[in-house]
Amino acid sequence: MRNLPAQNANTPGQATSKVGAELQHEAATLHVSGAARYIDDIPVPASCLHGAVGMSTIASGRIKRLDLSRVRQSPGVQAVLTLQDIPGHRDIGPVFPGDPLLLDEGGVVQFHGQALFAVAADTVTEARQAARLAEVEYENTESNLDIRHGLQEEQLVRPSHTQSRGNAKAAIEASPRRLHGEFSSGGQEHMYLEGQVSLCIPTEDNGMMVYSSTQHPSEGQKLVAEVLGIPLHRVTVEVRRMGGGFGGKETHANQWACLAALLAWKAGCAIKLRLGRVDDFVGTGKRHPFHTEFTVGFDDSGLIQGVEMDLAGGCGYSPDLSDAIVDRAMFHADNAYYLPAARITGHRVKTNAVSNTAFRGFGGPQGMLATEAMIERIARAVGEDSLTVRQRNFYSAEDGRDSTHYGQKIEQHIIPSLVERLVGTSDYWGRRAEIQEYNRQSPVLKRGLALTPAKFGISFTVQHLNQAGALIHIYTDGSIQLNHGGTEMGQGLYTKVAQVVAHAFQVDIERIACTATRTDKVPNTSPTAASSGSDLNGMAALDAAEIIKKRLVDFAGNHFGAEPGDVCFIDNQVHVGQERYSFAEFIQLAYMNRISLSATGYYRTPEIHYNRDTASGRPFFYFANGAAVAEVLIDTLTGEYRMIRADICQDVGESLNPAIDIGQIEGGFIQGAGWLTTEELVWGEDGRLQTNSAASYKIPAIGDTPGDFRVELLPDSPNREATIFHSKAVGEPPLMLGIAVWSALGDAVASLSDYRESAQLNAPATPEQVFMACRSMRERN
Amino acid sequence: MPESVVVDVNVNGVAYQREIEPRLLLVEFLREEIGLTGTHIGCDTSYCGACTVTLNGRLVKSCTCLAVQADGGEVCTVEGLEQNGELHPLQEAFSEHHGLQCGYCTPGMLMASKSLLEENPSPSREEIRKGIAGNLCRCTGYVNIIKAIDAAAVKMQGV
Repeated sequence: MRNLPAQNANTPGQATSKVGAELQHEAATLHVSGAARYIDDIPVPASCLHGAVGMSTIASGRIKRLDLSRVRQSPGVQAVLTLQDIPGHRDIGPVFPGDPLLLDEGGVVQFHGQALFAVAADTVTEARQAARLAEVEYENTESNLDIRHGLQEEQLVRPSHTQSRGNAKAAIEASPRRLHGEFSSGGQEHMYLEGQVSLCIPTEDNGMMVYSSTQHPSEGQKLVAEVLGIPLHRVTVEVRRMGGGFGGKETHANQWACLAALLAWKAGCAIKLRLGRVDDFVGTGKRHPFHTEFTVGFDDSGLIQGVEMDLAGGCGYSPDLSDAIVDRAMFHADNAYYLPAARITGHRVKTNAVSNTAFRGFGGPQGMLATEAMIERIARAVGEDSLTVRQRNFYSAEDGRDSTHYGQKIEQHIIPSLVERLVGTSDYWGRRAEIQEYNRQSPVLKRGLALTPAKFGISFTVQHLNQAGALIHIYTDGSIQLNHGGTEMGQGLYTKVAQVVAHAFQVDIERIACTATRTDKVPNTSPTAASSGSDLNGMAALDAAEIIKKRLVDFAGNHFGAEPGDVCFIDNQVHVGQERYSFAEFIQLAYMNRISLSATGYYRTPEIHYNRDTASGRPFFYFANGAAVAEVLIDTLTGEYRMIRADICQDVGESLNPAIDIGQIEGGFIQGAGWLTTEELVWGEDGRLQTNSAASYKIPAIGDTPGDFRVELLPDSPNREATIFHSKAVGEPPLMLGIAVWSALGDAVASLSDYRESAQLNAPATPEQVFMACRSMRERN
Repeated sequence: MPESVVVDVNVNGVAYQREIEPRLLLVEFLREEIGLTGTHIGCDTSYCGACTVTLNGRLVKSCTCLAVQADGGEVCTVEGLEQNGELHPLQEAFSEHHGLQCGYCTPGMLMASKSLLEENPSPSREEIRKGIAGNLCRCTGYVNIIKAIDAAAVKMQGV
């Protein structure tokens, strides 16, 4: 440019927007004013049509006839898309094939709600009405929604996998005491408040501009390109923000982006496809339900000697991400406990349900929950408080009790002291005594208390996903534009990464704008998932910042003859020896001297590996640790209950933003509690999802949260690994703290047997389940 | 196609006349007819509260209210909270106290909170919990939302 921008009268004050500051969400002002744009809020071209999807009305069978003539004739319809129209790939399986985009005559329906065709019409209502008008004849075949039945029949979407150490069977047989048990946990609908939505606009070069509410823009780009049969460089995917993701938009945003793109290609105009809430419930995958069987041997103190566990995940009809999800359940079957001998097998069971997918925790919660259920039973069997049994079984540096059943060494033993701290701050033992006294006096209302830990492995277990890119531009007014491969879904990722960059340049956060995640800015990105967002993208952004900083320091050396040590970035200024330049002033000087002010940064997580053949390795860079104490009050005659109090201590390392981290912990805990209490998915015998809207599927409302809710970040616990400013991931780990609520409900029920027996309580522990558990406990005692 | 009808609706102090299809929902009217996209469509069935606005001073879920029901009426949406370029104390408090994550529920939460504080300027924590019982948030666990409403109430009382 010829003229440089006038420099702001920026008073060089102390830069306050650094790492560790409790900055508000970067878009908070936009959100509270209603100006924040989600995909559905983006102004569309005048010719934009609206899409809708026709879905199957059976769970299993062959399509004998698919007559779309009434669809085509329906008012406002401009285009109908069938399988035959697709110019490129017809399967959008993200890892393995098995997810057909649409079905045609002769096609095999595998779940109730499977997409058959798509339609574009002038209005949303017209499109949705038309999508209901297909005449379909099916040849029904037998369907199965039961995990146990599927396992018996060896109906699997992927082969089973086993991790083992020692001879678990022999260790169990040699144990003084043994237990065999089963446990079931239900699925969970994400119920992101912003449903699945995509807006596709054809470009001049036969490409496609895709705005998609997705956690994985690069995969959306690849799949859109593949279904259109064009190179990836013709497709751009952008997402500024999502109205919640929770894993539900990791792979399950792809289908709607692909269909919108194909409709746009066919109709030759922009298409917006937003699923109605019922279609969203029916047509997108959920958390995997699990059925677990275990045999455990232990001594009279409850110390585990050996475990055999079969974790069977209900995957729905296709592999999707189930291989990795069931693996993660297996990786967390130890939770925080040393298993001297173990045989942990994970099964990926095929059922005639929508393909289940990522959901915050990614199988980890299910594995951990099964183990916590096992621990509860061990504790009752030996007549000890479950906390005592938990503590006895913790990993420790002593006696070699420090490696997992897949061979990863636990290098830092945070859980024991964290739990000890929480026992103190929550007055666990004082309240335990008080609750036992209360329960002796109270015949109907019973209180329950539980403390559960959660040790969660951080890294994608698929090694190549552990990489990230970022892009930083500094403009000649000294403003900084930041872009990275991570997506913002409310978790505050954009805020945290902006803090990292502000810290690197020692400038105020206002100087940094984080722009929408786009595949043409940072390519080949990984999903924002596995709690990895700030770990990966923070490091990539820091790398980009350091590259530019080095150029600036070198420039100062050449220009002023300064030594590198004489150049420093401090409080919105650049100091060169005794000279002080405002940041913008220095940037302009660099520009005039032809220094590049733009850089890409890159990061890949070191040290991690897992060998699936030997089922061993170091899959996790580190562990995030936490624990929760929950107290509940149940009515043993009705099963109704309330959560009274929750206390949490979570290890987030050296927090990048404590306010954001605490928000993640509070929200994650409540979401985990919802999974295990009120959120119940019910399918009919015909395979139709009965709980298909917020009317029948109950996520936690404010009344379901505890009136007394205390959250603490574990102090003075920097991550020993070289993560971004020694912080730790926080997205998924707190969800598993919700297990304390389930355990506390079981504890309240167990009071009916004077704590001699454990409650027969699967998850979710709905009031009905609690009532039945109380009744069966009363019958036996 | 049913005959269209003409409605006059005052939204955030501005009078709008539109010819609409009689089955048009109020939320669609706000978003598509007059371009106020701060009111979000969440669950389609009135349970989540993302689409909460006030109609003639009373809270409604605009996804289950017809636009014709607002004919001759006054609607206030999240875009109407800001006055003379200044954020409403509730808007400030939701920002400052981290009362939002993904932000999708925020406009509805703000409208419900505003209505609560109009009826009860200094609510207890329990009254705040009751006041927003009809609005779901999937992200925050509600703690910071309660803090924000509490802080805004204190601030508004102080003015």
